[in-house]
Amino acid sequence: MAAVQAYARHLRHVVTENPVTGAAFALFLLLVLTAILGPALVPFDPLQSDASRTLHPPSARHWFGTDQLGRDVFSRVVVATRLDMTIAFASVLLVFVTGTLTGVAAGHFGGWVDRLTGRIADTIMAFPLFVLAMGIVAALGNSIGNIVLATAVVNFPLYVRVARAEANVRRDAGFVEAARVSGNSEARVVLFHILPNTLPIMMVQVSLTLGYAILNAAGLSFIGLGVRPPTPEWGIMVADGANYIQSGEWWVALFPGLALMLAVFCFNLLGDGLRDLIDPRRRT
Amino acid sequence: MLAMIGRRLAAALPSIAGVVVVTFLLTRLLPGDPAAYFAGPAATPQAIEEIRQRLGLDQSVPAQFLTYLGDLARGEFGLSLTTGLPVMQELVTRLPASLELTLAGLLFAVAVAVPLGILAAVRAGSWIDHATRIVATAGVSLPTFFTGLLLVHVFYSVLQVAPAPMGRLDIFSSTPPPVTGLYVLDALLAGDGETALAALAQLALPALTLGIFALAPLARMTRAAMLAALGSEFVRAARASGLSRGRIVWVYAFRNAMLPVLTTLGMVFSFLLGANVLVEKVFAWPGIGSYAIEALIVSDYAPVQGFVLTMALLYVLLNLAIDILYGIVDPRVKVES
Repeated sequence: MAAVQAYARHLRHVVTENPVTGAAFALFLLLVLTAILGPALVPFDPLQSDASRTLHPPSARHWFGTDQLGRDVFSRVVVATRLDMTIAFASVLLVFVTGTLTGVAAGHFGGWVDRLTGRIADTIMAFPLFVLAMGIVAALGNSIGNIVLATAVVNFPLYVRVARAEANVRRDAGFVEAARVSGNSEARVVLFHILPNTLPIMMVQVSLTLGYAILNAAGLSFIGLGVRPPTPEWGIMVADGANYIQSGEWWVALFPGLALMLAVFCFNLLGDGLRDLIDPRRRT
Repeated sequence: MLAMIGRRLAAALPSIAGVVVVTFLLTRLLPGDPAAYFAGPAATPQAIEEIRQRLGLDQSVPAQFLTYLGDLARGEFGLSLTTGLPVMQELVTRLPASLELTLAGLLFAVAVAVPLGILAAVRAGSWIDHATRIVATAGVSLPTFFTGLLLVHVFYSVLQVAPAPMGRLDIFSSTPPPVTGLYVLDALLAGDGETALAALAQLALPALTLGIFALAPLARMTRAAMLAALGSEFVRAARASGLSRGRIVWVYAFRNAMLPVLTTLGMVFSFLLGANVLVEKVFAWPGIGSYAIEALIVSDYAPVQGFVLTMALLYVLLNLAIDILYGIVDPRVKVES
């Protein structure tokens, strides 16, 4: 119970320290709530087309207007939140687990483990990241699962490098020596004494890369990879709306684009705020 | 100087090797039968078998890799299914369009971000500083394809000052005689001001879109590096010696602050080359990115593979150029090596 209270106090400190971070946190909660409850709240079925109401501008009935098939843009934007957030969270979770473990192992053991992971990370970094993601999805097949995988792969070097540096400086720290001397196995030392110490920095990394993960996934679906129509997803909705921009029907692309921008903006602000708190030296 | 460039080039070789191996592996990973994939959906079993032999897919993987290396050395990237043209030829004709766009975007980003970052650092805590922070975070949060569409809507549809987002030149202008492949430059070289302006008008919005995206990391890094340099001992010493403010900012702080900014340029290029693909799609820009997208849609894999390889090699070369530039800006690097 005391631990929960301490945690709540810390959270309050994180949220109130900087009003911008607080606002970003509120926005984050709103996004998560929308992702969970959205499909239950929307006024229209996001897939229901209506030939008599195509490309209607925003009105009291359709807040964000209707698209080329007469579907309600507002409902589609809200429902899409879940899919976009799921892709971003899944890919970040995947790279968080694999990248942190690999990086900690490389930093702690050094030697060939370190050289091999370093070489893999360098090879990934030798590509422009979005281009590599395109290549991976094109090669593995056009599916949401592969979008998640590709997004995780391009973020892998970032996680490995940070985790490696964090583990490396603690390799021979006093508390690590103490754990060793008390008879802990090397695996136990790494998993229960070093790994937990890298987590605060890795959490910052998570919130900084969530924004990029959403952008990456939406970019891939914008060029026609991954999510397929008619599934509501922000990137693909902007791609749909792009065909009507020149004829002046701006609302089809604008609202999903704004939702996308807001989500990325929220994650970036949150990440910056967390970083400033946990690691003030890296503040820019 | 030449020895240094040679050493950098040697250091880039592992990256190039890695890129080649990964692009090879990406073809191996294709789900199902690559021969059937390359043959297209309408191929007969006989045609697939023929393609399998022609592609060397009946050989062992190491043997295939050697063949692949040989093809690359001869500049063979295979044939595109849809156009029937060699991928290499298509990439070469389209590459200047992509380069023109990327360079223009970078030029805009540097021209705006560096002064903004310096101003924000010199007047830390002022409204300019806060504005820079907001612009920088907003810029990196904007999906490039969305920024592009917004700009098209505002400047083409509403204000009607920009030309239609349809490629590099409007239909009334003729292509300038090719020298560099960059239309604006070529038109200027040919002394054709009218075409240069028309090409520039087409280039403005896509370059702006790219630039806004690249601006954020550059501005933030310039600000941070300038703050660090301005707070350092040598700047204090320079101030104490009574040097003018301009001299301190530009000669003492700026030159030192450029080093971390140059390092950031590597990451910025990664952003730019990736975002290029999206911007090319929005503005129907006939570069290698839109070529790859067209191929992706019809599952035509050879162009995509050639595109990924070209982009990666380009990126390695750009990083090499940054490294060399780094050596020029920072004399210590030369002394150490």
